[in-house]
Amino acid sequence: MFRRELEVETPMQIEKGSPTPGGIPLRIEGISKTYAGRTGYVEALRPVNLTVEPGEFVCLLGPSGCGKSTLLSIVAGLEEASGGVIWANEQKVTGPGTDRVLLFQEAALFPWLDVLGNVEFGLRQKQLSASERTRIALRFIDMVHLNGFEKSFVHQLSGGMRQRVAIARALAINPAVLLMDEPFGALDALTRDRLYSELEFIWSSTRKTILFVTHNVHEAVALGDRILVFAPRPGRIVSEFRINLPRPRSLEDHHLVDQAAEILAALKEALGEDEQENSNGQSK
Amino acid sequence: MAKASNTLTPSTVPSTGHTVSKINISVWARRLGFYVLLILAWQFITMLNIWPQYELPGPLDVLASLVSGILGGQYIPAILVSMQRLLIGYGISLVIGLVLGSLLGRFKLLEETVGSLILGLQALPSVCWLPLAIIWFGLDEQAITFVVVMGALFSITIGVLNGIKNTPPIYLKAARTLGSRGLALSTQVILPAAMPSVINGMKQGWTFAWRSLMAGELLYTTVSLGNLLETGRDQLDSGQVVSVMLIIIAIGITIDTLVFGNIERSLRERWGLQS
Repeated sequence: MFRRELEVETPMQIEKGSPTPGGIPLRIEGISKTYAGRTGYVEALRPVNLTVEPGEFVCLLGPSGCGKSTLLSIVAGLEEASGGVIWANEQKVTGPGTDRVLLFQEAALFPWLDVLGNVEFGLRQKQLSASERTRIALRFIDMVHLNGFEKSFVHQLSGGMRQRVAIARALAINPAVLLMDEPFGALDALTRDRLYSELEFIWSSTRKTILFVTHNVHEAVALGDRILVFAPRPGRIVSEFRINLPRPRSLEDHHLVDQAAEILAALKEALGEDEQENSNGQSK
Repeated sequence: MAKASNTLTPSTVPSTGHTVSKINISVWARRLGFYVLLILAWQFITMLNIWPQYELPGPLDVLASLVSGILGGQYIPAILVSMQRLLIGYGISLVIGLVLGSLLGRFKLLEETVGSLILGLQALPSVCWLPLAIIWFGLDEQAITFVVVMGALFSITIGVLNGIKNTPPIYLKAARTLGSRGLALSTQVILPAAMPSVINGMKQGWTFAWRSLMAGELLYTTVSLGNLLETGRDQLDSGQVVSVMLIIIAIGITIDTLVFGNIERSLRERWGLQS
């Protein structure tokens, strides 16, 4: 099944004159976020520095409330940072752009559109003919194995299928960066396992840059080239791990299990030092 | 990696409907039985001659009035006149309501000021506008159209406003990250997302418009459904009064089921909402 799809032209070839094949580099420079809370200012994100290589798969791992989702939202251009700059392919990020697409824990599909309409949504924002839109959308529906469901409505799909549609909808506009905010967090373990492999396949065949937020250590180790561990209050990066396991990865692989245990220990330590304000262990 | 291959087929999608037809038949049988009994009881009571026929017409009198009214060429023009007024008035309030509701949803200042006025005015039964409308426009078409517009306008406006205000932020985020902005965001995301609330407002608006039209027409001397009720009273022809009442009910039910019932059903099927 996958062999057939490997022959399909990769999404990057769809758009003529694409500046880079696959993903683009991301540079996060001193991004911070402070909210005005009821009892004064809340430091949601202490200045974060991070460089992501083109085509790299980076997981941001941490407990809820550690600012990792905020960081993702800022990279997507949906939220403004209190300080710092994001560079996407050496261009300053000033707002949402179709080079970076954010995916959510809820698939956030539009219930008034069917599957095809949802996948075509981003393409409608570009000036493409209707037949061209459909042609592209059908290819990505095929890529996420939902052929035959084009005319289904959102409520008729299972959680995993909805998340696949969301992935197809994001891929259809051919972004260079996928920003994924716990996209599989609400799914059952079996569906999640299957989607790990599908995402790994999509990533390896398109070489997009992926920033993936999760609180699940196994998920991070199964998917990431690199894992950045976040600690909360204030949100900051406390440690960094490089995962050099061969792909495709299996969750049962004992190397993976060992590495997950090591990272979990680091995560627990970070949570324990929560109160220690001066432990600003920035990566790099 | 091939272990990830997907074996789902479209047949695994849960389908909707088609399981209730058996239940429906018995419901309809009970309903039919009820109405047959009701008409028989009605006929029986009129046959007791407790009240004179001009006070309580029997079912046969009403049927006779209905047939002669339709064949005599009185009812059909009256229905057409009333429906035309409803359509014009409702059409105007639909256009104004959609625009006004969208503006209120877009601009916070407008919602805080004009929005509160609209909520206040909605508490006024729209037929109360009729005296003022007659002073302004005279006892003619404009006055009655005005009352119909006032009947539907605020419900539709509030429906649109609530729909826009309650748009789940996640839809807006998803749309913006997919490159949707400005007018496209409004027409392709905010308005469709508001649809269930808009339809609700439209349905409520139509009910108010229909009621205020009938109330207003009671004062009019030109031929119309409300006027037929009034002339029936003048002539002590209760058969005509009841037969026109039946026509008004029939039109109400027809619009409710054919127009709004169908719209709501397709919306429910799309969105997977519970009825």
